[in-house]
Amino acid sequence: MTPNDRKYTKTHEWIMVDGDTATVGISDHAQDALGDITFVDPATVGKELKQGEECAVIESVKAASEIYAPIDGKVAEINTEIDSAPELVNHEPYGLGWILKLSNINQSQLDALLDAAAYDALTGK
Amino acid sequence: MSYISNTANQSQEMLAACGLSAMEDLFQDIPARLKPQSFNLPEAMSELEVHRHLKRMAGKNATNLTCFLGGGYYEHFIPAAVDAATMRSEFYTAYTPYQPEISQGTLQAVYEYQTQVCRLTSMDVSNASLYDGSTALYEACQMALNATGRARIIVDGGVNPIYCKILESYMANHAEIKLTKIPAAPGQAQRDKIKAALCDETAVLVLQNPNFFGTVDDHSDLVEKCHKRSVLVIQLVYPIAMALLKTPGELGVDIAIGEGQSLGIPLSFGGPYLGFLAATKNLVRKMPGRLVGRTVDRNGKECFVLTLQAREQHIRRDKAISNICTNQALCALRAHVYMSLMGREGLRELAGICHARAEFAKERFKQIPGVLVLENAPTFNEFTLQLPKKADAVVGELVQRGIVPGLPLGRFYPEMENYLLVAVTEMRTKAEICKLAESLESVL
Repeated sequence: MTPNDRKYTKTHEWIMVDGDTATVGISDHAQDALGDITFVDPATVGKELKQGEECAVIESVKAASEIYAPIDGKVAEINTEIDSAPELVNHEPYGLGWILKLSNINQSQLDALLDAAAYDALTGK
Repeated sequence: MSYISNTANQSQEMLAACGLSAMEDLFQDIPARLKPQSFNLPEAMSELEVHRHLKRMAGKNATNLTCFLGGGYYEHFIPAAVDAATMRSEFYTAYTPYQPEISQGTLQAVYEYQTQVCRLTSMDVSNASLYDGSTALYEACQMALNATGRARIIVDGGVNPIYCKILESYMANHAEIKLTKIPAAPGQAQRDKIKAALCDETAVLVLQNPNFFGTVDDHSDLVEKCHKRSVLVIQLVYPIAMALLKTPGELGVDIAIGEGQSLGIPLSFGGPYLGFLAATKNLVRKMPGRLVGRTVDRNGKECFVLTLQAREQHIRRDKAISNICTNQALCALRAHVYMSLMGREGLRELAGICHARAEFAKERFKQIPGVLVLENAPTFNEFTLQLPKKADAVVGELVQRGIVPGLPLGRFYPEMENYLLVAVTEMRTKAEICKLAESLESVL
């Protein structure tokens, strides 16, 4: 089930806004396509990102993929749990496997992102 | 691989498919002045004739000189077992093989080489080796630029000028990388000049120990200074000296690199040699080249694999850390066999002999009127002499007597044309050192 409480991008990130900050991760579809994730290298805290800029690199046994910022924002926090347990991104992509949090976000960009149904349609579910 | 020739018709068909009419059209981008003037080659020779021809050419090389040359490359004794072990057909390859995991023996040897480099430098992790010492310097600089997100490299004046040239040549296509070179001067690193050069955009400081002039230095104060400003430190080291001197790891250095030629690889006109690169664990994902790891297979048996490959080109494509996709497998194997034969104690003993002979040479040369041994700091097996005349001329005269007395520094630094860099290894006997001293006395 693709959660309804957040928005998705065509490049398979999700973003969930809570007040002034937003949490970013990758979709279940993305983690499945990547295979076993071995390492996540997020941008450094404090970095200002524009929508579409690289905010993390995910390494799996098959590939290394860039993760892009769904909206403008500043990196406020990174998930240190996945440093030692990157498999969390595979097992709980919508929960404990989140990647980073953004502050100073541009909420006006959210409307153009996909909802769960549109994202499912994109990935053929 | 068989050679399949094309008929004239096939060539025309292929040219037509490219929209061209003649073979020369393929080379139209090459300026006329750079094109070969003719393809008139001499008549073919028989195997015997080729052999004679090459032998005649090789005969022009002077190979029987008593050699006091150093400057980053040193003549050391190579035990016969190094050749015997490395020439075994199971091992005899210049590269990391494709499908490397099938070649468990090769991977095990590389893994053991990495372990030895880590022990020699006291660093956490070594890669499977690089092309040579100078390219290891460039790769280490790239690592530091990547890790810090900053743009400027500071290179101390004691760093090998040949390496500096190669670094500049690599960087020529990268306008975004900035380089500060501290002026060269015999002696230890010039602290005041380095500190003045450190700024917020500095990614890394490059130091060498012993430095190009032979001087030994304890760089720990500079490492501390750099780390306070989040600047990384690369130290270029002579592997034999590591058996006696403080290691990069002990000094807190971030990336240790060097030329591995001294570890069982013969001197041969610039190569093939061996670059080693080792770093602290937190930089492992920024490392270039191949890395061999040890793990267990599904039956719980120990095995070796290429690891952390997501850094590399075949996975990361254009975002790869480096475009190095292989290693100097054969030279690394030689170094591995050499270090295994020598062992910790053997290397220590060897380093002690090199140092003692060099000290003997310094004492002897001090007695030569007009010769000054530059002695403002300790040296290992190499030191700088100031002569009363041009060093180039002295080298020319002594070569006629069968001795290469050292490297004339005027070749690299015009203001140092009276300076001679002399290296002494276990290969040089006391008699040879005395003969060099007497020869110097007679030409000065």
